[in-house]
Amino acid sequence: MRRRPDNLTLWFLRRAAAAALLLWLLMSAVFWVVRLAPGNPLDQMTSEGMSARDRQLMRAKLGLDEPVGIQYLHWTEAVLRGDWGDSISQHRPVRRILAEAVPATLLLTVSAYLLHLVLALLAGVAMAVYRGRPLERWLNVAGLILYSLPSFWFGLMLILLGGVKLGWFPLGGMHSPDAAFMGSVAYALDTLRHLVLPVGVLALGSYMGTARFLRTSLEDVLGQDYILAARARGVPEGRILLHHALRNALLPVVTQIGLHLPFLLGGAVVVEAVFGWPGMGRLTIEAIWSRDYPLVMATTFLAALLVVTGSLLADLAYQLLDPRIRMSSRAGRT
Amino acid sequence: MMPPDLGRSGPWNRRPDANLLAGVVICLLLVVLAVLAPWLAPRDPGVLGGAAERLAPPGAGHWLGTDVLGRDVLSRLIYGSRVSLLIGWLSVLVAVLLGTVVGMAAGLGPGWLDRVLMVLTDAFMAFPRIFLILLLVSLSAPSVGLIILVLGLSGWMPVARLVRSEALSLREREFVLAARGLGMPPWLVAWRHILPNLLPTVIVAATLRVGGAILAESFLSFLGLGVQDPVVSWGLMIQQGRQHLLDGWWLATFPGLAITLTVIGYNLLGDGLRNWLDPRTGGGRNG
Repeated sequence: MRRRPDNLTLWFLRRAAAAALLLWLLMSAVFWVVRLAPGNPLDQMTSEGMSARDRQLMRAKLGLDEPVGIQYLHWTEAVLRGDWGDSISQHRPVRRILAEAVPATLLLTVSAYLLHLVLALLAGVAMAVYRGRPLERWLNVAGLILYSLPSFWFGLMLILLGGVKLGWFPLGGMHSPDAAFMGSVAYALDTLRHLVLPVGVLALGSYMGTARFLRTSLEDVLGQDYILAARARGVPEGRILLHHALRNALLPVVTQIGLHLPFLLGGAVVVEAVFGWPGMGRLTIEAIWSRDYPLVMATTFLAALLVVTGSLLADLAYQLLDPRIRMSSRAGRT
Repeated sequence: MMPPDLGRSGPWNRRPDANLLAGVVICLLLVVLAVLAPWLAPRDPGVLGGAAERLAPPGAGHWLGTDVLGRDVLSRLIYGSRVSLLIGWLSVLVAVLLGTVVGMAAGLGPGWLDRVLMVLTDAFMAFPRIFLILLLVSLSAPSVGLIILVLGLSGWMPVARLVRSEALSLREREFVLAARGLGMPPWLVAWRHILPNLLPTVIVAATLRVGGAILAESFLSFLGLGVQDPVVSWGLMIQQGRQHLLDGWWLATFPGLAITLTVIGYNLLGDGLRNWLDPRTGGGRNG
């Protein structure tokens, strides 16, 4: 077991600097890959009848007539100022487009994470308590099936069942067309109705991993001496489980939030594409379709930023919450 | 806790469990389906039906119905297994080869190489995989070869980490130290003593990744960024069925079930293989 770093602040700053460097390298790589790839945003914007001169003007306006190296310098300088440029396909600042899309994705992923945690808690505890009994087996089977479902297809099937056949839920989107005229309560309920199916798909597809992790962690804790001591004192089994065991078993689960982020974001891309949810995932797919370089760069950067920050925070949470965990910048990797 | 009985430790002396058997059966059936597709499929998957045969619901003539162009869904499903398995296996092969090379170089090579390779691995892992896939797919016109390459290039990182940590522990074992002490050149040690011992880990990791690769292919084809029309793919079939959720529920439903069954098969196979080859790590059905 390695020892705790003497200076947590220094440790954190070093990790943060490394993460920032990683992000910069990454974005530079993405910049070059995207620019050097065949295909061009002008393909989507120009028509056959356009004169060569107009084409040239358009290239110049988008800054695409300069050598790629110069474009890279311009881009780096602008990004350092916090300017992500204008979207080529939507003709407005990337910042404003993201300001609309990011909250939608956050609403989706945060709700999904919470629901997935609740499901994982129920399933994990049930599997630990009913170990070796039929219920554990059925939970395992259900988990395996849900985990193996293609989530885009699962979403379509839920739309078919809950939206088309039963008519309980809307077929997609985030708001009803008349949402702008609703009172705030009706508006919230309307959004909630739109949330149910996509959040369900995301949470049901991912809870099993966390549930198994929790089960293992719970079984570890239940084998500890202080649980035996509590049992010997005659503490009721339910109280031991909730009060003594679960609290400690949950710690490693919660510190995993950061590591869970890539899956949430990836899942959001799939779900947004199926449900027409106006978030970052759908935006990325559209941006890639139309070779909208500035938008692709921004959404990719945001995704990478979230993942890198997430794993940094997961490490930090370990350090702060559980002094027994191995400390080192490489812990958890090896 | 009782240590598992490792006295008769070869895998051949252990009885494989029911999960592993179920996985083997499902995966073998799929291989048979893919190989014998021309003999098993009732019709040619590309042949168009007459006006009366368009969007026919499942019934006597077409067990799983027909699509808008009158093509037989069951036959298309059977042919679709070829693309799923081909892309699933080959892309995982690319990922595993790349991951093993990087992981062994990092684990056995000099310290600086380890650092460089791990930074590279981290950089690739900083994208949620789907972003990386979308980015790479957009670089060229969609084709089966491109998808295999993209899924391989976006999937090697976890393999590299696994192989590296395994190689790090193997290089300290007595038989490796002995071989080095006897003057065997490092590359030969890696080839003769490290690689064979890595194989079980690598095979399990590969099997577990096939399901994910099949899922990724179907999603790409569903988005229209993957396999293109004359070729049959389950994801593409779902995409084509999406427009007919109301008047042709069978179009999107059956290919989805096929994908689910396939992925379940590979997950069972991978989990089962892991427990069978190394019962210490698995611990029953723990994932």
